[in-house]
Amino acid sequence: MHDVALKLSGRIADAASSDAATDAAVLNAAALLPLVVRNLSFRAGGRSLIDALDLEITAPGVTTVMGPNGAGKSLLLRLLHGLIPPSAGEVLWAGMPPDREVQKQQAMVFQKPVLLRRSVADNMDFVMKLAGAPDVERRDSLLQEVGLLPLSAQPARLLSGGEQQRLSLARALATNPQVLLLDEPTASLDPASVMTIERIVKDASGRGIKIIFVTHDLAQAKRIADEVVFLHQGRVAEHAPAADFFERPTSSVACDYLAGRIVL
Amino acid sequence: MQDFAEAFRLAFSLVLSGDADLFEIIWLSLQVSLTALLISCVIGFGLGTVVALSRFPGRGGVIVLFNTLMGLPPVVVGLLVYLALSRAGPLGVLGLLYTPAAMIIAQSILITPIIAALSRQIVEDLFCEYDELFRSLTVPLHTAMAAVLWDARYSLITVALAGFGRAIAEVGAVMIVGGNIDHLTRVMTTAIALETSKGDLSLALALGIVLLAISMTVNALGLSLRSTAGRQAYA
Ligand SMILES: Nc1ncnc2c1ncn2[C@@H]1O[C@H](COP(=O)(O)OP(=O)(O)OP(=O)(O)O)[C@@H](O)[C@H]1O
Ligand SMILES: [Mg+2]
Repeated sequence: MHDVALKLSGRIADAASSDAATDAAVLNAAALLPLVVRNLSFRAGGRSLIDALDLEITAPGVTTVMGPNGAGKSLLLRLLHGLIPPSAGEVLWAGMPPDREVQKQQAMVFQKPVLLRRSVADNMDFVMKLAGAPDVERRDSLLQEVGLLPLSAQPARLLSGGEQQRLSLARALATNPQVLLLDEPTASLDPASVMTIERIVKDASGRGIKIIFVTHDLAQAKRIADEVVFLHQGRVAEHAPAADFFERPTSSVACDYLAGRIVL
Repeated sequence: MQDFAEAFRLAFSLVLSGDADLFEIIWLSLQVSLTALLISCVIGFGLGTVVALSRFPGRGGVIVLFNTLMGLPPVVVGLLVYLALSRAGPLGVLGLLYTPAAMIIAQSILITPIIAALSRQIVEDLFCEYDELFRSLTVPLHTAMAAVLWDARYSLITVALAGFGRAIAEVGAVMIVGGNIDHLTRVMTTAIALETSKGDLSLALALGIVLLAISMTVNALGLSLRSTAGRQAYA
């Protein structure tokens, strides 16, 4: 695992230094941006879980979504991806609602990995076949990246929690998405794997893939975020460039959260 | 007591000597029940999958109906098929009464609900599990269906085995619609009933031993499938 992480860091560093500053306009168009969310609400069980939420994401790169447990981060991701219909309001990716055409250009990694009852390799082949022919070389290189190549033939559901998360990410990348929606993809990973995943995500972002990354980990958000969306009780409490958010948070809930005081 | 021991001795010698009459009966039983199983699997898996994946008014009623029909008494099925196939019945013109075809129809009716009800549950559970992933990946419905059926194959085969076990062991339906005619519609269970009442315990016992062996084989197959599936986390 450590070997893989080390090799990987070298490879990605090379890739990143080559031409990091690609044409921003082209990236934007490719990544379905801007994302505009207007007056988005989701009610269930008599509660407003997402409450008249407004949000505009225009910049490529990594947007991290933070907030306490139950703030509505996973719900927001599902709404953005069009997996659940909102009670009110709208989500527009480059002007389009998240219908099948938009979903096809996105990939989501769920908080709780959903894996097919098949081998690791067959999980990869399944999504690659949807887009065309399975490509063994590409599959193996993706599995290599997440350190799962030696486990290719294993039933996916016998993998450890962290391995399942890494497989979910590799499978999401295999669909060649323009947008990656990641719901706490490093929640049960060991430190080396966390680094591996962060590098893969940064690398993907460098290739122009828009990343929306839910995390609780402040240190991680500092490492990877270009901007932060802070959710609290189903609303956006703060939306700021990462540096501003961590150095000069303006909302009191974000201040409390950053200081480790519970915000519920 | 002596009769009893003698009956067992004769029974084993019948089985071991490969008695022609005995094997004719066994062969017909297997043909009838395997054909009924095949028909029931096509209809039952189809119905189960459709109900699992669709939402329509009255769906709950259909599920309750499947579950109720799982416990259909074989003699009632026999009676209904008899009425349908008898000369005066709606299908009387086909002239199927007292033929193996009638027995296949009766057993199919008996086990189709079992296969439909159990496969509906299995397919629906797995589909729920995959649902968000499949919608995220915009998997077309037919691909999703094929994937769910394939990934649930071990459980579905177990369901088919359960259906076969019920078909091969039932006596009421085949007795009524087949008539237990020697060399034509006599199967293991009806032969056992007849020979026992005639007092020919050795043939009855010989058939009973074979029936038990088949039943044990089916159960062993089911068990080994389940453990394979469990070991590979496919279940
Ligand atoms: N389908 C639903 N019906 C009713 N309530 C729901 C539903 N889905 C989520 N909730 C509730 O909405 C709230 C937000 O849930 P969500 O999963 O988005 O939280 P989260 O911010 O992702 O939290 P965590 O950090 O624990 O993952 C929770 O209180 C949850 O109980
Ligand atoms: Mg969540």
